[in-house]
Amino acid sequence: MLMNAHTNMKTADPKTCLPISQVSFPMPFDIGLEYSTPARGHWTIVHTGLALPEAHLIYVCPQGCLRGVVLSAAELGVSDRFSTIEVAEENVLQGDLEDQIIDGVNHIIDELPNTPPAIELFTSCIHQFLGLDLHMVFGTLRADHPEIQFTDCYMNPIMRKGKWNPNQKMRRQLYTLLKKTTERDDHAVNFVGDDFAIDHSSELYQLLAQNHYTVREVATCQTYADYQEMAKSVVAITRQSPAMAAGKLMKVRYGQEHLHLPYTYNYDEIEQNLQTLADALHLDYQPDLALRAQTDAALAHAYALIGDTPIYIDSSFSPRILGLARVLLAHGFNVTDLYVDGFDEYDQDDLKALQASTPELRVHPSVDPGMRMIDRSTDDKVLAIGQKAAYFTNSPYFVNIVQGAGFDGFDGLQKIAALMEDAYQTPKDVESVIQVKALGWGCNCL
Amino acid sequence: MKHTAQIISTYSCDTSGVGSALYELGGMTVMHDAGGYAGIYSTHDEPRWYEMDSMIFISGLTETQAILGDDSKFINDTIETAQRLHPKFIALGGSPIPMVVGTDFPALAREVEHATGIMTFGFDTNGMNSYISGDNLAFAELAKRVCQAEVPKSTTFSVNLLGVTPLDFSLNGTVQAMEQALTDRGVKIQSNWAMGGTLEDIEQAGAAHVNLVVSAGGLLAAKVLQKRFGIPYVIGIPYGKAFTDKLVSALHQAAETGTSTSLCQPHPDNKTIIIGESVNRLTLVNAFYDATGAGATVLCPVDAAPELLSKGCLPACDEDELKPFLNDATTIIADPMYQPICPETARFISLPHEAFSGRVNHGKMRNLVTEFEDFQAEIQG
Repeated sequence: MLMNAHTNMKTADPKTCLPISQVSFPMPFDIGLEYSTPARGHWTIVHTGLALPEAHLIYVCPQGCLRGVVLSAAELGVSDRFSTIEVAEENVLQGDLEDQIIDGVNHIIDELPNTPPAIELFTSCIHQFLGLDLHMVFGTLRADHPEIQFTDCYMNPIMRKGKWNPNQKMRRQLYTLLKKTTERDDHAVNFVGDDFAIDHSSELYQLLAQNHYTVREVATCQTYADYQEMAKSVVAITRQSPAMAAGKLMKVRYGQEHLHLPYTYNYDEIEQNLQTLADALHLDYQPDLALRAQTDAALAHAYALIGDTPIYIDSSFSPRILGLARVLLAHGFNVTDLYVDGFDEYDQDDLKALQASTPELRVHPSVDPGMRMIDRSTDDKVLAIGQKAAYFTNSPYFVNIVQGAGFDGFDGLQKIAALMEDAYQTPKDVESVIQVKALGWGCNCL
Repeated sequence: MKHTAQIISTYSCDTSGVGSALYELGGMTVMHDAGGYAGIYSTHDEPRWYEMDSMIFISGLTETQAILGDDSKFINDTIETAQRLHPKFIALGGSPIPMVVGTDFPALAREVEHATGIMTFGFDTNGMNSYISGDNLAFAELAKRVCQAEVPKSTTFSVNLLGVTPLDFSLNGTVQAMEQALTDRGVKIQSNWAMGGTLEDIEQAGAAHVNLVVSAGGLLAAKVLQKRFGIPYVIGIPYGKAFTDKLVSALHQAAETGTSTSLCQPHPDNKTIIIGESVNRLTLVNAFYDATGAGATVLCPVDAAPELLSKGCLPACDEDELKPFLNDATTIIADPMYQPICPETARFISLPHEAFSGRVNHGKMRNLVTEFEDFQAEIQG
């Protein structure tokens, strides 16, 4: 039973397709049962945790929960940095969860060929529900192994829909292993909470580099010692909402100024971010009108090729796809469909603008069970931006990046325009490409 | 047991076993879980996910619902989705937190069935048992609920294949080869539980003369069908020509005598260790033993058929339980993800298992129905 969610809004199931004029903030659709698409390029907490060089990860979870993370590590070829402690029924019934963790971690450390400088120890939903004494567990481990830094991490998806969810926690906990220091490097800035390194050709990076600032971020650290250098920086920059807690941590624990420069495709906001950074560091900054013109030109060049080809965008592509849709529509592109399950607080203005300018723009969820059964084909050539858009349209013409890929500013938009041209001309094998987990992990090659 | 793994993988769990067993039958399986199980199942446990649509979803359980014991959203969402998608049946299964808060899945299933008029199963899975446990729950429930009516016996000698999922047999042609090997020997496949078959085939399972249990996950269903229809079962897999001949003889003998039998006899030899699912690995041992006279000891890290456990098939899950056997072995046959804990002094023969290494080794799964003789030669060096 195939359903048409793409071409005819009048006959489409309103649970799988609504005009943007009818969707609400922050949830465009009611979420009931949930479907998981085969698109796997996004990062999860295990990929974020593994980005910390030399750290060893230990997950303590029931068998079913371990399966995904242990194989994620295996797919990245880093099983040697990953261990597990399985919570079994007997542990739940006997209530020996603390002892199990302490004994298990000790045993794993004994078995490891080398002592790691740090261990990220992940507990799970079941520990939360059974009242695990985390203080006792970590206190004991730290006393037993003073040569190792431990931090508490959480794989508790039961909190996934809350305001303090595992994604936010992981992005924060990654920085709790920094050792406090009185040393200050006045010409060093951290980007925190991002999976991808900031693109070195972006205006943000260039502004820092041209003023002789060192940019530090986990994604480009080669060693644990490199990571520890982040404690000396004076400013911590976040770019996406789930990273805010990480930024606050850097401010409160390490005394760094926290700047939130939200990811954006809006020209004015891009310049505002640069101005905010310049003000914080007392740098000279003047908006460069040429950058706007170059970006307009890049988008015009792409439009000359792509023309009115329908464009489908999904939220795995970047944190601000409404903003991307808005800028593409403003440059003439035929953006017809968006796949999004929830909006970020920074989406509000873009949502209102799109509802006013393009009320017929179709919005789909990605997780609704009806999306499992839709007709995943389109009559004509379409350009998909993002892996889920490619999957739902079965279009080999797609831009294959996730979570923004470190792009930023005018430079980022120009790169997206170029990628759109390339995607439009060079088909990809959807099935093999989108099922690879954690696109770009380990590529700290900037 | 410490339940620690310094480096090796872990097996698919019971919740995934249910999904895998019912995947092709037109039903809707709902995992009552917060979020992770959908991605885990669809990525690592279900190689059919991209090519073959099946209605497998999660409930998206939240902390508040769990604390309050509020099942209403789970029930209402399941009913609403069933009314939209019209599955042939509904299966509800759990994960760790529903177990902790005491969710009564059979009761919820009755409520959903009452509201929708669609046959609904409730499985007490909790993510803490192996996929074999889930397979058994799902196939046994099919036997109980779907195979209700007496049906005339098939006029040709026929069998039901019980316990067939890609977690044990991958998507590499093994299942088709298994059917072909039997068909070539005059055995009709009445139903396949459950790859390549239909729910309607399974409804007619009572027409078979014998059930062939090809994984431990099919054993409970075989016992239900034996009790209900008097169908005996044989345990074993048609691996290799000689062993398949022996298996087919056993099928006929079981049909004639009405007595169930297992071709998975123990032939312990701790110098050769085979790790994996009990029926699968004991079949290998027996086929190899028949051909060469050499035995091997199976280490079974997943739920085994109890009647198969012996000195020749030992339960062993943790690295600590496995290592003493591995350290004494001269030949080890196992999924490659076991290799890091195997001594370098032992010869390691790769035998990937979808339920252990998932898609990491998906392209390297072996079809032992058609390639057993090659595999035997590899073992013999």
